[in-house]
Amino acid sequence: MQAPIIPDYQNIFTRVQVRSHPDMGVHIRNAADERIGEPIFSHLIGRIGNAQLGPIYLGFLGVASLMTGALAFVIIGFNMLASVNWDPIQFVRQLPWLALEPPPPSQGFKLIPPLNQGGWYCITGFFLTTSILLWWVRSYRRARELGMGTHVAWAFAAAIWLYLVLGFIRPALMGSWSEAVPFGIFPHLDWTTAFSIKYGNLYYNPFHCLSIVFLYGSVLLFAMHGATILAVTRYGGEREIEQIVDRGTASERAALFWRWTMGFNATMESIHRWAWWFAVLTPLTGGIGILLTGTVVDNWYLWGMKHGIVPPYPDVFGGVVDPSIATGGRP
Amino acid sequence: MITNKQFNLITGILIASTFAVGYIVWKTGWDFPPVETVQNGFRGTAMVQVRDMEDKAALDRRSVPPEVPFPASDTGPKAKEQYPDLQYLGDLSEEQFNRLMLGFAEWVAPKEGDNAGCAYCHKPENMADRSLYTHQVAQRMIQMTRTINSEWKAHVANTGVTCYTCHRGQPVPANIWFSNAGPNPPRVGESGWVGWRNGQNVAAPSAGLTSLPYDSLSAYLRTSQNPTDIRVTPTTALPTGSNPTGIMDAEKTYALMIHMSQSLGVNCTFCHNSRAFNAWDQSPPQRVTAWHGIRMARTINQTYMEPLQTVFPANRLGPQGDSPKVGCSTCHNGLSKPLNGAQMLRDYLAELGGPQRR
Repeated sequence: MQAPIIPDYQNIFTRVQVRSHPDMGVHIRNAADERIGEPIFSHLIGRIGNAQLGPIYLGFLGVASLMTGALAFVIIGFNMLASVNWDPIQFVRQLPWLALEPPPPSQGFKLIPPLNQGGWYCITGFFLTTSILLWWVRSYRRARELGMGTHVAWAFAAAIWLYLVLGFIRPALMGSWSEAVPFGIFPHLDWTTAFSIKYGNLYYNPFHCLSIVFLYGSVLLFAMHGATILAVTRYGGEREIEQIVDRGTASERAALFWRWTMGFNATMESIHRWAWWFAVLTPLTGGIGILLTGTVVDNWYLWGMKHGIVPPYPDVFGGVVDPSIATGGRP
Repeated sequence: MITNKQFNLITGILIASTFAVGYIVWKTGWDFPPVETVQNGFRGTAMVQVRDMEDKAALDRRSVPPEVPFPASDTGPKAKEQYPDLQYLGDLSEEQFNRLMLGFAEWVAPKEGDNAGCAYCHKPENMADRSLYTHQVAQRMIQMTRTINSEWKAHVANTGVTCYTCHRGQPVPANIWFSNAGPNPPRVGESGWVGWRNGQNVAAPSAGLTSLPYDSLSAYLRTSQNPTDIRVTPTTALPTGSNPTGIMDAEKTYALMIHMSQSLGVNCTFCHNSRAFNAWDQSPPQRVTAWHGIRMARTINQTYMEPLQTVFPANRLGPQGDSPKVGCSTCHNGLSKPLNGAQMLRDYLAELGGPQRR
């Protein structure tokens, strides 16, 4: 047989695909009959993961979550379509620009604003939140049924926290839906910039700083861990846990690599703890930062000045004076 | 081992994605290198202006004022002696007056044809006739130019403006704006029950094709009596409960700022300090000039452009039936100094330099 051109451990896609009778999963009380779908094998799927697709467990929570989520999705879509006067060509062309806007400031935090003054936004928010929360319960319950810890659910909860702060808790505290994020691709990005400009530069918000540290830290940890494990796949390093107590394994090499490189090394278990906490703390701290903005702190730059976190710059412009003071004109 | 079939598939995908990426790059008009960055503030604080050098070179080539045809003496017979019907500009010397008229023809309506040159504003059979709408508009525009050059030195300094600053050899300047109700606006008096877009969320020409509010110029540059407050950032660290603006107001301001940035071909940091956009004491001095510019545009629109609504024929009005209006791009045309600061007015000081004269 011809030798492979690429060594087995240098590859982009998964090289090994297990093909056998489909694995139907472990037995779970009262639930086995709710796993639906005849499993299929896909070569392409197998290149990026497990080649077996299905069966899937839907259950009541899954179905309810998908339905409410689909409802929210459809309401957003039809509002976008209506916003270009039901013109399908404009809908496609302008899709990244379109959005479902939250109610204007005049509606305050009215529970049910007029439909076409953000009412659809509140309805969508209700359904989307329901969908997300149901999916959270589902992820909690599936983990419990499998006898797992609930780490995934709690990590998901951290993201839900940020979502709720942005779209519900902070607008409620500010007393206005108009502070909420629109559902749209470019519009939500414009909202983000406007938010920072409006509240005096979010970079001086310490929780924003923390969130960025954890976000970039997550990326770094992900890269370090992913690279380490791939680098020892030639020794079977992806079987992390099996090797954890043995000498001379891929696991030990991976650990030694970091010990020799930087003195300290995480263990096969603790590296995942690092990753989990960094990931979870990103939206957790970010959400706190958003929540404090406008409610507790109105201008982060001035707040930073007050607390000595803003460095002084040399006065390169020679002290410009607000012309509205000089002329008495309206700003 | 890669089979033949797989090889074909991968090659096919690669070619298809190359075309897809190429199409996107080509269609979206991105700037390609070389790009120059010019520092305009303290080092390491993102205080730089980024310019695409080819675009800048092309713009510079287009931004050269026409030559002065001949020097005009301010002595000699007055224009009103030669043209007794003159209501205006009669105090100029005849030479100055004639050169200015030739200038108008070249700057505003240089094209050949029946309605070009002098005939754009005058009836050739009776030059003293004032009935053409273009003549009436032109008269207001001369007054406007003089007002700008004499009363708005805080914005235009001694460089000033001439007809050419905006017109560039076209009867209608390239960068004017109209009140914008967005594409497919809902019928008047009927707001519908679905699809409210809050005056934003479609590509906005006046805001650099972002999804920001598309009619922000109407809010800020249209009326000087009760303009929307541009300033949205609180001036105290902690809330005082007195800041009436919200994020939607910030988006409106943002749209105006994008208009200014696009009009002048500059980045935010041309006028603002990157770390505190609202703080005046750290801003580049250009921000003061821009502040006066906003007020100037507002006053021009209110005093000169809007009242001409009844003079303009329907084809010169906007979709909402409003007068054409000036924004920052009307004069600036992509440069922080219109015509790169060329001293065109210097040769026409008596004619266009103001103050108002008969």
